[in-house]
Amino acid sequence: MAMKAEDIEALIVAAIPDAIVEIKDLAGDGDHYAAKVTSETFRGLNRIAQQRAVYAALGERMGGVLHALQLTTAVPN
Amino acid sequence: MTDAIHARINDIVTKSDVVLFMKGTPLFPQCGFSSRAIAILDHLGVAYDSVDVLQDQEVRQGIKAFSDWPTIPQLYVKGEFIGGSDIMMEMYEAGELSQLMTDQGVARAA
Repeated sequence: MAMKAEDIEALIVAAIPDAIVEIKDLAGDGDHYAAKVTSETFRGLNRIAQQRAVYAALGERMGGVLHALQLTTAVPN
Repeated sequence: MTDAIHARINDIVTKSDVVLFMKGTPLFPQCGFSSRAIAILDHLGVAYDSVDVLQDQEVRQGIKAFSDWPTIPQLYVKGEFIGGSDIMMEMYEAGELSQLMTDQGVARAA
């Protein structure tokens, strides 16, 4: 029950092509990550909608193989 | 999700001003994210109800569809979905969560 950081990033970028994804493996166990996703497509969306877009990219994995993902979303400066 | 579960969850989120769907209880959270959510609510000093989804599989699955949100914890204020623990933390740090509670007239615990 783990995912590689590169796989998480690839899934997000596949769904949100302009996304800048920074991922940290919090516990070094491939199971607890923090991700910051920055995308122009988030502009004008509230936080819930921004995070939903990332969750949609990850699909069924969220809460499944990907147990713990601390998520921050942002619009580029 | 059946109508019955939808109605049950709707009942839960409208019955109290602040409701946290979490894993475990405020005293014994079973997950770091739920623990963080409780810490934020305690800091704000608001009265809240919590629902332990680990004790209720129906609600555990139902709430994800109800909110269109794949993870637990989930915060509701006055029947409205506010977000998960990351959004709670961002809002808390920006002072927005406290403002929201004030704007919504949520009682602060004594």
